[in-house]
Amino acid sequence: MRHPPRPEAPPVTAAGPTRMGFFTDTSVCIGCKACEVACKEWNDVPEDGLDFLATSYDNTGALGADTWRHVAFLERPPVPTAGEREAAKDSGIRWLMSSDVCKHCTHAACLDVCPTGALFRTEFETVVVQQDICNGCGYCVPACPFGVIDQRKADGRVWKCTLCYDRLRSDMVPACAKACPTESIQFGPLDELRTRAAGRLALVKEAGVPGAHLYGDDDTDGVGGFGAFFLLLDRPEVYGLPPDPVVTTRDLPAMWRSAGAAAAALVGAVAVAFLSGGRRR
Amino acid sequence: MAECHPVGFQWVMEAKAKGARVIHVDPRFTRTSALADTFVAIRAGSDIAFLGAIVNHILTNGREFREYVEAYTNAATIIDERFRDTEDLDGLFSGWDAGRHAYDPQSWQYAGMATGPAAAHQEDIPQGEAHGYGARLKNGDPPETDPTLEHPRCVYQILKRHFARYTPALVEEVCGVPRERFVEVAEALCDNSGRERTAAVCYAVGWTQHSTGVQYIRTAAIIQLLLGNVGRPGGGILALRGHAGIQGSTDIPTLYNILPGYLPMPHADAHPTLADYRAAVCAPAGFWGHADAFVVSLLKAWFGDAATADNDFCYDHLPFITGDHSTYRTMLDMADGKVQGFFVVGENPAVGSANGRLQRFAMAELDWLVVRDLVEIETATFWKDGPGVDSGELRTADIGTEVFFLPAAAHTEKDGTFTNTQRMLQWHHKAVEPEGDCRSDLWFFFHLGRIIREKLAAAGEARDRAVLDLAWGYPLLGHHREPSAEAVLREINGVDAQGRTLSGFMDLKADGSTACGCWIYCGCYADGVNQTARRKPGREQSWVAPEWGWAWPANRRLLYNRASADPAGNPWSERKKYVWWDAGAGRWTGHDEPDFVVDMAPDYVPPDGATAEHALRGDSPFIMQTDGRGWLFVPSGLMDGPLPAHYEPHESPVTNPLYAQGANPARLTQPHRLNPDNGPGGRYPFVMTTYRLTEHHTAGGMSRFLPHLSELQPEMFCEVSPELAAERGLENGGWATISSSRTAIEARVLVTDRVASLTVQGRRVHQVGLPYHWGWKGLSTGDAANDLFGLALDPNVHIQEGKAATCDIRPGRRPRP
Amino acid sequence: MQWAVGGKDGATARIPIASWPVVRQLLGDDRLALGTAARSPRSEQLVARTETADRSVASVCPYCAVGCGQRVYVKDEQVIQVEGDPDSPVSRGRLCPKGSATKELVTGPAREHAVKYRRPGGADWEELPLDRAMDMIADRVIATRAATWDPRYRRTLGIASLGGATLDNEENYLMKKLYTALGVVQVENQARI
Repeated sequence: MRHPPRPEAPPVTAAGPTRMGFFTDTSVCIGCKACEVACKEWNDVPEDGLDFLATSYDNTGALGADTWRHVAFLERPPVPTAGEREAAKDSGIRWLMSSDVCKHCTHAACLDVCPTGALFRTEFETVVVQQDICNGCGYCVPACPFGVIDQRKADGRVWKCTLCYDRLRSDMVPACAKACPTESIQFGPLDELRTRAAGRLALVKEAGVPGAHLYGDDDTDGVGGFGAFFLLLDRPEVYGLPPDPVVTTRDLPAMWRSAGAAAAALVGAVAVAFLSGGRRR
Repeated sequence: MAECHPVGFQWVMEAKAKGARVIHVDPRFTRTSALADTFVAIRAGSDIAFLGAIVNHILTNGREFREYVEAYTNAATIIDERFRDTEDLDGLFSGWDAGRHAYDPQSWQYAGMATGPAAAHQEDIPQGEAHGYGARLKNGDPPETDPTLEHPRCVYQILKRHFARYTPALVEEVCGVPRERFVEVAEALCDNSGRERTAAVCYAVGWTQHSTGVQYIRTAAIIQLLLGNVGRPGGGILALRGHAGIQGSTDIPTLYNILPGYLPMPHADAHPTLADYRAAVCAPAGFWGHADAFVVSLLKAWFGDAATADNDFCYDHLPFITGDHSTYRTMLDMADGKVQGFFVVGENPAVGSANGRLQRFAMAELDWLVVRDLVEIETATFWKDGPGVDSGELRTADIGTEVFFLPAAAHTEKDGTFTNTQRMLQWHHKAVEPEGDCRSDLWFFFHLGRIIREKLAAAGEARDRAVLDLAWGYPLLGHHREPSAEAVLREINGVDAQGRTLSGFMDLKADGSTACGCWIYCGCYADGVNQTARRKPGREQSWVAPEWGWAWPANRRLLYNRASADPAGNPWSERKKYVWWDAGAGRWTGHDEPDFVVDMAPDYVPPDGATAEHALRGDSPFIMQTDGRGWLFVPSGLMDGPLPAHYEPHESPVTNPLYAQGANPARLTQPHRLNPDNGPGGRYPFVMTTYRLTEHHTAGGMSRFLPHLSELQPEMFCEVSPELAAERGLENGGWATISSSRTAIEARVLVTDRVASLTVQGRRVHQVGLPYHWGWKGLSTGDAANDLFGLALDPNVHIQEGKAATCDIRPGRRPRP
Repeated sequence: MQWAVGGKDGATARIPIASWPVVRQLLGDDRLALGTAARSPRSEQLVARTETADRSVASVCPYCAVGCGQRVYVKDEQVIQVEGDPDSPVSRGRLCPKGSATKELVTGPAREHAVKYRRPGGADWEELPLDRAMDMIADRVIATRAATWDPRYRRTLGIASLGGATLDNEENYLMKKLYTALGVVQVENQARI
């Protein structure tokens, strides 16, 4: 399913001439989880629970406030019958691994709904929470079509992948992409990554994986394309990803129009209150 | 490899992207399997049947690299007429002495060669390092050969007969691998070998931890020699070692049976004097011919000015070994109260060694124990919180062991070198000072030695002479008085009489004019420069990257690389060009440091009376061997036969269909009250095997205490097939108790197709997969898989059979006290 | 004029109100507050902490034997980051999860920094100064050695050692040198296990 671009899509950035992103090529992922650890070490993300989940080698479970990279492990077929295994002779096993991350959507609902401006689009066209602004209102949490952004219980604020905004500002590669032993996670200008991904997809298909496809590389999808897109070997839902994500604020522009001047006046009034209100705690 | 060496695996992925075919053979489907082109599930403990069948496949179908085999291996050598094969003796080779439980290898000799050392003490002598044994070459050739490879007693024909029954059908029967799957692998290996292509074999402790572990590697060596995959780029047999310092601690051994550089530890019977020692270690041909220079230089490095020609360079300061002093023998002795003091340094035997209960009981018998580690590991606290204590088997108040826990410095807090799995030394610089009482192990052992020497100086006991004569002066740096690691490395490299650093081991002398702490490392500090600290970026040099770190010996990155050229010295192919003879210059040249006498022409034939490397021919690449050839058949040095044979593990649910002799007759079983066997019969019907996970490191001391690693694998678990789960009522995510005659442990259950149940000898054999990272301390905890395993050891290297034994598994948690 | 906002661990930071995003949104041309106008003071100043490190030190990963290159970043004599060295022809800057956890390994809360002593039969640890521990250990080596000395073989079987595979070559060298001179032959490490 294809969605038309939003008519009132905001201009993305003033400063950054190039949109930077991730291409996660799951066909070469070895499931080592270096990305998870490198991310946490760099970003000081706390441990996220010592729970044995009994879901293959995945004890991380899902992305959250304290997990910004999550490697999924999918054993296919899940549990065939003994008869099927016998007939197969071959092991018949496929073990898919994929490192999930914030998609840094072109149309990012989290950013759209953020009332404080804590969420913003950087000069690299990535979507980042500014922890010195976030007040923990949590509006962004249900807005994300992927369930990525999440509140940290300890401090109430929301946290997610920043695409290592600090490293990018220092002309460095994000921690996960740098650590990745097999270049499953690639970082770079999005257009270059898309070209590379197309070539890689052709090779993977040629090698006999007809179901391989790119996920999130299409500007016309429900979120206007991802800043962090994927080469998947199976359907998105197999990896726990929505097959057809839609920006939850798709109808927001229409709402803006109908709300019209009233909305603008309200915002103005709030601002005046702030400007004249002096210091607060 | 993806599982335990993920960053090394990037090169496999790169090769795969360039068209290489990746084959993975393993009892379980791992992260490596997921990326391999072919995965073969095999029964744990059956690999020699699989590999032997590849040998047979090669020989039966004429797939060997014939010119390579003829020129560079001992295929043509004729063996003593007394030799009898396992085919003749139903699983035994000639020379078996049932009374001594050991082989006399005299009948395995090359025909026409002198016999080896007296058999009486054979079992005590670490033969793997007995280099000088046997060779008497005439112009570089063994006495009797048949270049046509037709003679019935030539190695080639013996090999053919030996493996003739190792067929695809046998593989199916023994390994549980469908025969067509096996043929596919054998063909792929052959198709990717020869002049234009090479294939590499990678292994880790999945091959070594068996009662036939050394012979596993030997079988791979036979395959690689037959296919011409040794000494050539993209070939070889690559041991993927699991610790940053494990190669270095083998080269400069904290091991009982060797001295630095693989020189044997003096044995009371074989080497009572330096003259005996020299005679034993100096090979008549090959580079071991210089072993006397190596050992004298070592003694000079250790005893300095005290070591003189008149006192045999203080050879009499060295202690003797008299038999097996390996860790498991020692722990058994410790359990019997024969060992009083124990240092444990960066290791965790309470959960990391086989038969953990024995390990803990043994340490409870000590007078004193010193544990040095980064964190409070199980070995440091077994006396108060170990499984024996909670079960009431051990009472804290009754454990008389005095325990010292000393916090260690991390690698970021000290200078030094690690030798990686490809023999490359890399220097790591100290980044920060260690905090509190944390100190490097260099500091600990230097100052321990200093204090002991100070305390002993006055007494003047004869037994103290050696320690008082030690050359023990190193520059001390900083407020901790840290010994200079560079000064130690310089001593390891070696110096001449004027104190100038040596540039290579060919500079070493047997007259006491040179000192060198480890001859194979000589050159790592050449020109007074720490060569191991070189860090010229990889992208700024050739793909061999010779200017990053320093590889032993002589900065060679690929051993035996003379074999990358044909006998005449020309590359076997343009595609696989590596080192070759430059006739114009009269030298060997190429991408790497040639592993050969650099100006020895390919047509060199040793004159009468030639010694050491000059006693080998110019077309003999295997310069450490006494005949310069790769050994398909091993006439000496192995305790359990000149050829590999499939034996069942010490504990196995099936019988050996090949021979009446079921298990390796020479294996070491260590009978002891704390080391019971499971025994035959149905009580322990399943195969168990251990392994590592990417997220943890060995027994967990460096991973289970870290939040970011612990959360990734937070608990001990076992892996079973859906079939076994159904048979035993095990539930995914539930608990299971796994038992052996040693103990019972509990684990969470992962039910997965990745651990295969196989059809072996017509019946289903289930395997239980056990990661062995756990213990009771840290953030991620669980029972130790090693507790289940007994001590059945490989007879050559005394490694435990930790990769295949029998067990039972039941649902639910283990009984609690 | 400043605005105080909650920071991590309850800390507060003073931010000039004129730079508060809503204000800039109203005053600037990025009316949807989705772009650079929304950049906070922290974001304005943000750089990678490695950039402000005092030094970067060349190192090698301490876990397996692949020997991946590491760079250790130090600020105020503390390790603030460890990551792969892109110059290494072995690893090309990459690290596995264990290598990536190196900072936690060397700075983590589980690290012990003090000697601990358990007397025979003791129920728990006691404190012991390092110098005293060294002296006591030396005394025990001397006593055990004297009591168990076998002059025939110039050795003691009363003392054993296990470990070395996690250590540096130089450390293994001094261990083997000292043990051998003391006549301690039961010297082993993980290579046998």
